[in-house]
Amino acid sequence: MAEQTILKATNICHSFGGLMALKDVDFKISSKEIVGLIGPNGAGKTTLFNLFTGHYCPTRGEIYFNNRKINGLKPYQITPQGIARTFQNIRIFSQMSVLDNVLIGQHCRTKTGLWGAIIRTSGSKREEARAYETALKMLHFVNLEEKKDEHASNLSYGEQRRLEIARALATDPTLLLLDEPAAGMNPQETSTLIKLIRQIRDEMNKTILLIEHDMKVVMSISERVAVLNYGRKIAEGTPQEVQNNDEVIKAYLGESA
Amino acid sequence: MFVQQLINGIILGSTYALIALGYTMVYGIIELINFAHGEIYMFGAFTGMILMTRFNLPFPAALLLAMVTAALMGVTVEYVAYRPLRRSPRLAALISAIGASIFLQNLALLLWGSRPQNFPSPFKIKVYQSSFFSISQLEIIILVISFLLMVGLSFFIKNTRTGKAMRATAQDRDTASLMGININRIITITFAIGSALGAAAGVLVGIYFRTVNPMMGVMPGLKGFVAAVLGGIGSIPGAMLGGLLLGIAEVAGVAYISSQYRDAIAFAILIIVLLFKPSGLVGLPDQEKV
Repeated sequence: MAEQTILKATNICHSFGGLMALKDVDFKISSKEIVGLIGPNGAGKTTLFNLFTGHYCPTRGEIYFNNRKINGLKPYQITPQGIARTFQNIRIFSQMSVLDNVLIGQHCRTKTGLWGAIIRTSGSKREEARAYETALKMLHFVNLEEKKDEHASNLSYGEQRRLEIARALATDPTLLLLDEPAAGMNPQETSTLIKLIRQIRDEMNKTILLIEHDMKVVMSISERVAVLNYGRKIAEGTPQEVQNNDEVIKAYLGESA
Repeated sequence: MFVQQLINGIILGSTYALIALGYTMVYGIIELINFAHGEIYMFGAFTGMILMTRFNLPFPAALLLAMVTAALMGVTVEYVAYRPLRRSPRLAALISAIGASIFLQNLALLLWGSRPQNFPSPFKIKVYQSSFFSISQLEIIILVISFLLMVGLSFFIKNTRTGKAMRATAQDRDTASLMGININRIITITFAIGSALGAAAGVLVGIYFRTVNPMMGVMPGLKGFVAAVLGGIGSIPGAMLGGLLLGIAEVAGVAYISSQYRDAIAFAILIIVLLFKPSGLVGLPDQEKV
């Protein structure tokens, strides 16, 4: 199977004042891969996500997405190109309905202006119907269809996580970044999540990069794992390779282990 | 007598509500009290007056153009005085807002002098009488225009794509930008709409009291702010409700207590709201983040 690189980052450095959060990191991800990104706390994993989505601009280095340079672009310019993410601490629009959350996700895929909304042209009606349909499809996918009219803040923790995924999917990304999707979930919710992530790749043809501390999750769904420590990439490979890598064991367990 | 006071209160209150909307929308999006908003209202009134007297434009055209001019002005103020301070502490932006307000007052003094000027009345004085109250044609027009603007705004916020993007931005700016929403554009639109509504209030008050002067924005500006806090700052229905209630309270206070307390009533309400329900009537209680 010829694999096509969709995201390529080279020599990424990022510093916050004097602190180097990332040092010369190279990273690549191919179409339809599921890649895990792990590392101890403060290793720079979320910083890397923030660089990919345009929250930060790298101090040095280049990021290419589908062969187009994206470093220096703002989040609202990157999202339409096809990168979506979820957050470590859930950030849904809690004062909106579940359905509205997912509809907002389609902001960059729709274009009806004020006049379209007032005089309700056939184009705007069609677009609205399409957005509604897509939103329902996404909610069905994450099994939240019945809760579409609920206030988002009334959902349970696991449901909010799934809503955030549905909202990210609604932006129609090719690459989905998940920041600790299993954090705080009970074992049953976690196993549902693992199934969901696989489905997103297999049925929706998305590429997935996830940060996760739950090793069971990472090792069971990732085809490839990259390890960061103190801002450097110290290992990369299949889950087995990474688990047996001396540097990785040292980073997690300390020198004497 | 009571019905009459209620109607007078609603007329006054609807103009406060229009002003309060500008405060509350801007606060909702960037958490800034735009103290230059009263001056936008004043410039709106002057623009309307000049368009009607010097350019002989009909009232609807003057109102519309005054709103457009004020929208441009509001956007400019944001661009010059607030945008460079977006990432600074909130106090810096607040001081900049007060500075913008003083600058605009003095600009108006420079352009038009301190003497109050007459606002032409576009309508013939025609009063409808009933056994309980009387209302003039002019008052009906003021009410109709303010309510149309408020209904229009509600529709815009609720049903349009941009309105939805505004609500999302108000809740979480970073996440909204991840949805592909251009935050700077939303902020610009917010200032434009808020300023246009403020200018509409200025023109309506102009045709009602028939006079404009460079300091006319100070008191209504502060009262619009009180109305926004009363309703729950950041909440759009709250600003409308707060404006109407404040207008009614003020008129009732003048009628039943003393006209000398006219302005004191608004600020007494502000103090009471801040003491007992700082989140306002409609506002959500401040959630503590854990």
